[in-house]
Amino acid sequence: MADLSVNICGVDFKNPIIPASGVFGYGREYEELFPLEKLGGIATKGTTLHLRTGNLAPRIAETPAGMLNSVGLQNPGIDHFIETELPYLLTKNIVILANIAGSTPEECAQVAAKLEDTDVHMIELNISCPNVKQGGAAFGTSCDMAAEVTRQVRKATTKPLVVKLSPNVTSIADIAKSVEAAGADAVSLINTLLGMRIDINTRRPVLRNNVGGMSGPAVFPIAVRMVWQVANAVNIPVIGMGGVSTGRDAIELMMAGASAVQVGAAIFTDPYAPVKIIDEMNDYLDSKGIASVRDIIGAVQPW
Amino acid sequence: MKYKQGKYLIIEKKAIAREIYSFTILCPEVAQAACAGQFVHIRANGFTLRRPISICGIDREKGTLRIVFEIRGEGTAEIAQLNKGELIDMLAPLGHGFTVSEDFERVILIGGGIGTPPMLPLADIYGDKATVISGFRNASAAILQEDFCAAGARDVILCTDDGSAGIHGFVTEPFADIIGSEKIDAVYACGPLPMLKRIAQTCTENGIYCEISLEERMACGIGACLGCACRTKRNDEEYFAHVCKDGPVFKAEEVLW
Repeated sequence: MADLSVNICGVDFKNPIIPASGVFGYGREYEELFPLEKLGGIATKGTTLHLRTGNLAPRIAETPAGMLNSVGLQNPGIDHFIETELPYLLTKNIVILANIAGSTPEECAQVAAKLEDTDVHMIELNISCPNVKQGGAAFGTSCDMAAEVTRQVRKATTKPLVVKLSPNVTSIADIAKSVEAAGADAVSLINTLLGMRIDINTRRPVLRNNVGGMSGPAVFPIAVRMVWQVANAVNIPVIGMGGVSTGRDAIELMMAGASAVQVGAAIFTDPYAPVKIIDEMNDYLDSKGIASVRDIIGAVQPW
Repeated sequence: MKYKQGKYLIIEKKAIAREIYSFTILCPEVAQAACAGQFVHIRANGFTLRRPISICGIDREKGTLRIVFEIRGEGTAEIAQLNKGELIDMLAPLGHGFTVSEDFERVILIGGGIGTPPMLPLADIYGDKATVISGFRNASAAILQEDFCAAGARDVILCTDDGSAGIHGFVTEPFADIIGSEKIDAVYACGPLPMLKRIAQTCTENGIYCEISLEERMACGIGACLGCACRTKRNDEEYFAHVCKDGPVFKAEEVLW
């Protein structure tokens, strides 16, 4: 049995696997299938200052080896999260990353401030949601905007601050450096890639929002490349995600430089995916005689 | 157990119409927990998203579920490749099903096309209290008529768009005739949106309790990802419900069309 524990920004994770924000809600639905205690942590559904109803349906489309979504940050608002969802999650002996979003840097900071008096372990600031008209990805695609929203949230919270980055940029390493300089304690990447499908019979986009965020195994090599580039560019921890569906994928992303790994669309294919990935990582480490998963972080030997 | 994921044996497979298949699946725990109107979320090999398919039969004694589905695209085509003796990966039973009441003395079950299968478990429950009306494009697309008769329905009314079998026309015509001639306690319907909308309107106008089953593109199937949104009204406020968890069955009056 290998040691799967990792530490990110002083927070101990019993293993590096975290269901990604948006696929897992606030955890309750999956508790029916397996004990949440098995996970390293949970990144909760992106939560804003006030309730958001999200986009019109259809919000989901299948793509080759992946999917598109345009949920549009539907959520019950931060007060509901703090009163109703967080107390339950905090009983689970896992790291809770509260994913937050907003239309303006001020709104993001207000949401973070509301979490300051809670026992949530980390804040994951979403500056990369492709499905909302204001804020969202707009923050994540410019170094100045990314730094500004990070700075404002940094001022509002003493919690470890993870900034979730958009892959829909020319240089994700430059964005990562900007948020690091603005006070981020870690970065997580990649959020979804902007995509589109069209029904050729109706000539209508499949998604009512026309475009949406692409995820699933198809984006995995992009995630590996971006995690590697960012890990080489910053001195803060990187949490990797994007198309991870097996233990081997998770090991690969950690070798690229990730200190922990989030699992998204794979959970839709197999709801037990996060638990299986943890077991498969352990099997790999044992078969290679590697004592700790920490030994593989950034272990890639580039040509 | 509310729901679980597992691989279950297909004990019977039949092609019951062009590109429409019936599977009987041995899954005692799921059959025990399942109720009319719920669905199963089936993994299609090689695809990221599961496919939601409504439950067409529940046999708790034999421990089986029956599903009837149409090939709509690549995912359902892949599922249709599965054969008797093979395993099917299901997350089930899911969703909020139909409200069944012993107080309902007369009910009408209305199915349009591939919306017809979820009406069969209701026909099994209501027996001769139920009149079944189902509509299809043409005679060769008609399914489950004998099953509804075997369930003991009082009347089984078939409609086709082209008149090649049964009544030439839409299900809404015999429906209007029945509610005009006798007192109906509840109407249950599943099918194309325009059909559901007409039925819901008619029920509202006539003060008849009505539940409808909706479908939407879906990811998790259990209410976590919020992918399958449906505009509804609760306590006079607009509310984006989710077909997988709040539905697929909704009170017709709740749905904002």
